[in-house]
Amino acid sequence: MKYWRVPLDADEIKVVRGVVHIIEDRCKGCGYCIEYCPQGVIEFSKKFNAKGYHPPVVKADTCLNCHYCENLCPEFAIFSVEKTERSL
Amino acid sequence: MTKNVKQQAGEAKHPLEDLVRMDRIPHIWCSGCGIGSVFSSCLTAIKNTGIDYSKFAMVSGIGCSGRGAGYINIDSFHTTHGRAIPFATGIKMANPDINVIVFSGDGDLFAIGGNHFIHAARRNMDITVICVNNMIYGMTGGQVAATTPYLARSATTEAGNPESPFNLPLLAYAAGATYIARWTMLHTRDLADAIVAAIHRKGFSFIEVLSPCPINYGRRNKEKSIDTLKNYHDKTIIKNGADPVTLDIDYGKGVILGKFVDIDKPTHDEKYRKIYLREKE
Amino acid sequence: MKSAVLTGEHFINGDEACAEGAIAAGCMFFAGYPITPATEVAEQMALRLPDVGGTFIQMEDEIAAMTCILGSAWTGAKSMTATSGPGFSLMMETVGLAVVTETPCVVVNVQRSGPSTGLPTQGAQADMMQAKWGSHGDYEIIAIAPSSPQEMFNLTITAFNLSETYRVPVFIMSDEIVGHMSEKVVIPPAGKIRTVSRPKPKGRKENFKPYAPGPKGVAPMPAIGEGYNVHVTGLTHDEKGYPVMSVDTQKEMMARLLGKIRNNLQDIILTEDYQLADAEIVLISYGVAARTSYTAVQTARRMGIKAGLLRLITVWPFPDDRIQALAEQVKAFVTVEINMGQICREVQRCAQGRARTYFVGHPGGAIIPPADVMAAIKEAMQAK
Repeated sequence: MKYWRVPLDADEIKVVRGVVHIIEDRCKGCGYCIEYCPQGVIEFSKKFNAKGYHPPVVKADTCLNCHYCENLCPEFAIFSVEKTERSL
Repeated sequence: MTKNVKQQAGEAKHPLEDLVRMDRIPHIWCSGCGIGSVFSSCLTAIKNTGIDYSKFAMVSGIGCSGRGAGYINIDSFHTTHGRAIPFATGIKMANPDINVIVFSGDGDLFAIGGNHFIHAARRNMDITVICVNNMIYGMTGGQVAATTPYLARSATTEAGNPESPFNLPLLAYAAGATYIARWTMLHTRDLADAIVAAIHRKGFSFIEVLSPCPINYGRRNKEKSIDTLKNYHDKTIIKNGADPVTLDIDYGKGVILGKFVDIDKPTHDEKYRKIYLREKE
Repeated sequence: MKSAVLTGEHFINGDEACAEGAIAAGCMFFAGYPITPATEVAEQMALRLPDVGGTFIQMEDEIAAMTCILGSAWTGAKSMTATSGPGFSLMMETVGLAVVTETPCVVVNVQRSGPSTGLPTQGAQADMMQAKWGSHGDYEIIAIAPSSPQEMFNLTITAFNLSETYRVPVFIMSDEIVGHMSEKVVIPPAGKIRTVSRPKPKGRKENFKPYAPGPKGVAPMPAIGEGYNVHVTGLTHDEKGYPVMSVDTQKEMMARLLGKIRNNLQDIILTEDYQLADAEIVLISYGVAARTSYTAVQTARRMGIKAGLLRLITVWPFPDDRIQALAEQVKAFVTVEINMGQICREVQRCAQGRARTYFVGHPGGAIIPPADVMAAIKEAMQAK
């Protein structure tokens, strides 16, 4: 990400990043995580899971670890964990 | 504020797995059904209270939402149709140390079980009632419910529902509930926070959660689940403390969400113990 | 504040004696709904439970009352409700839940005349088949019929003990006459009263199986809050308590539910013999109707007729073996009960044509006159 102005304390600010984990075979393909991810991190994959649904797949590494997908998923099939912090 | 459970990268385990009977997953809820999301918020809330899991019991009635008790990994009771609240009353009155959560649906709690709801609220029974309102009898194939909107189609109202639905928060208010809130399954954090508050609130707490039934309500009413969620997002207004009279569900004028009542009143078990068992408050 | 056991002699009615029996048995929870002629049980429980630190609650209907005592029973409390015909009908669905979830509880039915509202203030014994078959599906329960206020006290303790031992609903099938009759009731010292509590699990809490049968085919029962994380459902379930929608699981569960009663009949069935040893005519009776039958036996004996009485103290499970054995020895059975023919069908079934069967009934509202019984005894004697 490019910033037009860099804060003076940029080297002190830690930006939280997340890693999305998808338990593919639990997915029933409702697409809520894809529709409501504020960062648009995930999309439907082309493959089928054991139930015959298209599970989501991570398409970008911009996850902010907000956990919304994890909270919204009715199937306990997706969650995010905090990635090692890095500065801006 | 909803806390998220800290987990280190590389650990590939859903953070709610300790509260779910994983040997019973996948659950029965359909693709696009919101009950799983409400259930997930409920589990997050239980976790966030910090209360020992053995101090909880979940009671459900019959129906899709009534299956909730079958998936939570605490003492859990799947009772008969409409009777979750009197079962919960028995638990609470015999052991007031237990936090009793009733997790059930609109048909179960407000049609066949409606009488129990108003009386538990009137007594100020210290339980938390979470009603997943999908406005239909889902389990049996989509028959009209006491919460189905006027003119909505169902398996028993092909040309539209001639009846008017309950305004559930108003009903709870009139019956004397001490905590009343309404959220949708999309408002996961507000919902989890509300459930935490409801568990901590001494007295009868009621949370209505709007949730889509894509198969048995959506299909007949030409409403895809994602469209229902768009309504939850675009046509709802968060208005804490709103007058319960204004809480009809009408997406035309906007559906009001929020916390409507949060008051302190002595609970039934406190009063009984004080008057009859001469215990000091 | 009074103690749990009011040792001494009392002049009280059957309903009150029932409540005292419950308190003496260790009952700590009562949920009820007012109904004639069972209201005095609830009133006495409301008065007495606080003495022992127990809880009384009056619910919004009998469905709620019955469901409420199942919730309390799962916290470990011995629990009871009391009602009469109309309320008993409302409780039936929940009776099935109690059976299938193996929840101990005691349900008192102070019977009045039906059907429907019937004669609310007058007795009958017409809910006997409902007690056995009133809820849907196959099941076994235990039903006890007290004949006097003293038995209302004694047998309520027995009811709790059986309920706790077998994790099954136990019905006290009383009636308005015994319920409202006042007689001397002797309450023994607490130390002389035998009380039983449900078997408790020991050992591992992880992966605990709340329906894995222990001794007598009965599973130990944990309480809410003990950390066993039990799941309890009205659906067909396996030993773990999990719903399994299969024929095999249904077979296994039904075998367990029926077996724990059917394999322990010796321990459960209670009967009383009166002048039976040489009897040719055997009266079969229970509850208040048995009191008429004693008089009839005495009258018949004075006339030189060898009559006797088999009084059923437990009506369910039915003493099939006993009646089958008697059928080989006696001339006839005369069933005496205040209904239009319920337990007489069971007697007929067990007699299997080896002895004649007669029925002396009454539509309800009064006791059966001994003369009616005498007429049947004479008819039985004259038959070839």
